[in-house]
Amino acid sequence: MCQARPVAYKGRWTERGRGLVRFTGVGMRYGGPRGRAAWGLLGVSFELAPASFNWLLGPSGAGKSSLLRLMHLSLRATEGRVEVLGEDVARLSRWALTGLRRRIGVVFQDDRLLPHLSAYENVALPLRIQGVTEMRLTADVGEMLRWVGLEHRAEEPPEILSGGERQRLAIARAIVARPSLLVADEPTANLDEAQARRVIALLRELHRMGTTVVVATHSETLPVEYPAPALRLEEGRLVSHG
Amino acid sequence: MARGALRGLRGRDPLGLRRAFADRLLPALVAAMALLAALALAGAHGAGQLAQRWQAGAAGPALVTLPAGADLAAASAALSPHAEVAPVPEARMRELLAPWVGEVPGLPLPRILEVTPTDRAGLEAAVSALPGARLEGRGESVAQAVTLAAGLRALSLLLLLVIAAVAAALVAVATRAGIAARRETIVILHELGARDSDIAGRFATRLAVLCLGGAAAGTAAAALALWFLAGAAVPVALSRPAAWDDLPWTGLAALPLAAAAIGWLTARLTLRAWLRRLP
Ligand SMILES: Nc1ncnc2c1ncn2[C@@H]1O[C@H](COP(=O)(O)OP(=O)(O)O)[C@@H](O)[C@H]1O
Ligand SMILES: [Mg+2]
Repeated sequence: MCQARPVAYKGRWTERGRGLVRFTGVGMRYGGPRGRAAWGLLGVSFELAPASFNWLLGPSGAGKSSLLRLMHLSLRATEGRVEVLGEDVARLSRWALTGLRRRIGVVFQDDRLLPHLSAYENVALPLRIQGVTEMRLTADVGEMLRWVGLEHRAEEPPEILSGGERQRLAIARAIVARPSLLVADEPTANLDEAQARRVIALLRELHRMGTTVVVATHSETLPVEYPAPALRLEEGRLVSHG
Repeated sequence: MARGALRGLRGRDPLGLRRAFADRLLPALVAAMALLAALALAGAHGAGQLAQRWQAGAAGPALVTLPAGADLAAASAALSPHAEVAPVPEARMRELLAPWVGEVPGLPLPRILEVTPTDRAGLEAAVSALPGARLEGRGESVAQAVTLAAGLRALSLLLLLVIAAVAAALVAVATRAGIAARRETIVILHELGARDSDIAGRFATRLAVLCLGGAAAGTAAAALALWFLAGAAVPVALSRPAAWDDLPWTGLAALPLAAAAIGWLTARLTLRAWLRRLP
C-alpha cells in the first residue's frame, strides 16, 4: 500500500486529548439458560492511545471476542461506558452508529468472506456500502489486492483460496476504506506460522501508517516476537494493561 | 455526524439476491393470485353493469290495469301524486290487439295507464286502494336483483382484499426465506456500515420485480380468458354485443402495479423489523 494516505483523524478526542478508544467500567452480561446470566466481561476499564498497536491477550473464554465486538459495535455493553473514536456509543443514534461503523475495520477469526462474491467483490464491499464511485473503487481495490499479494486471484471465489489467502483477503476488506480503527479477532488462529507472520506484518504496517490496531490472540509467542502494549483478560476481567 | 454524510449502497447485487430468489415459486403463486384478482375485478365490474341496467329498467314506465269500464280520469287523479300517468287510449289498445282477436267492436277491454313512478311505495298503496286495479311491473324482483348485484360487487371487492392480504403474507414468507438464505451476508453488510434502508431496499426491489413479473403474466392470462368469456356472456346477460369497456381495463392494468407495491412494501417492512434486532 505504497500510496496509502495517512489516516486523517477527526473528532473531539484530538482537541481534548482523549483516548481513541476508552472503556469505563464495562460489563457484558449474556443471558443464560433459565434466566441464569453469565458475565462475559466485568468492570473493564482502559484507554488506547490513538495510532497505537495493541495486543489483546488471554486464554480461550477470557472475553477477548466480547471486548472486540463491543469495540466494533456489533454488541452493546450491558454496563459501563464504551467510547470508540471519541464517541460514546450508547448515546449515538442508529444512523450515527452506521457512520461510525464505516470508520472501523474488522478481521474475524473465521474470515467471514461472502461466498457468492469474487475476491475482488469481497474487498470492494465496504466501498460499495459507502457509495464510492466506480473509478475510485477500482483503484483502491486493485491497490489493496496488490498489497496483500492476491491481485492474481481477484476473480476467484473465496472458497478456492487457501486459509492464509482468505485471511489476507479479509484484511484487505477490513482496511480498503481506510478505517481509523482496525480490530482483529485471532486473525492467525487458523494459519501456519509463516502465514501468521505475514498477516501480523500486514497489521503492523497498517499501524505504522497511523491506524489504531487491536489484535486478539491466545498465542503466547506472537506478543513476544512483536512487543507492543497488551491488554490481558482472564475470566472477563482485565488483569493487566501495559 | 451529519445525516447527509452517509451515502448509500452501490453495486449490482452485493447481497446476491438474484440467486437467493432464483426460485420460480413466488412469481408462479403471484401469477395465480393475480388471475384470481382479475376474475374478482371482472366480477365486480360485471355485477355493477347488471345492476345499472336493472336499475334503469326499474326506473322506467310500468303499467296499471283497471277493470273494463273503470273511470280512467279518477284513477289518473288518484295515482298522479306518486307517478307520471299517461292513459293508453282505447283506440291504441284495439289496434294492438287486432292481430290476435280481429276487429270485435263490442269487446270489453281493460283500461291501461302507463305510469312512471316517482314514489314507488306511494304508488303501490294508491293502486291497491283502487278497486280491481293491478300494478304490472318488475319492481319487486328488480329491487332484489339490484341488491343481489350490489352484494356480488361487495363480495368481489372483499375477495380482492383477501387476495391482497394473502399476497402480502406470501411475500413475507418468501422474504423471510431470503433472509435465512442470506443471514450471514446481511449481518456482515450491517457490520461494515450498510444502512438498514439500503439492505431493506435491495430486498424490496427484488421482490417488487418478482411480483410485477408474476402478476403481469397472471393478469394477461386472465384478460385473454375474460375477453372470450365476455364475448359469450354479455349478449345473454345484457342483450347487446360485447364491447371494449365490458372489461375493467384500468383495474386489470393496475393489478401488476398493485402486486409490485405489495411486494415492495411487505419486503421492506419485513426487513426493517428484522434489522432492528441487530445492534
Ligand atoms: N453469545 C453468547 N451468549 C452467551 N455467552 C457468551 C456469548 N458469547 C460469549 N459468551 C461467554 O462469554 C465468555 C467470554 O467469551 P468470549 O468473549 O468469546 O471469549 P474469548 O474470545 O476470549 O474466547 C465465555 O464464557 C463465553 O461462554
Ligand atoms: Mg474469541
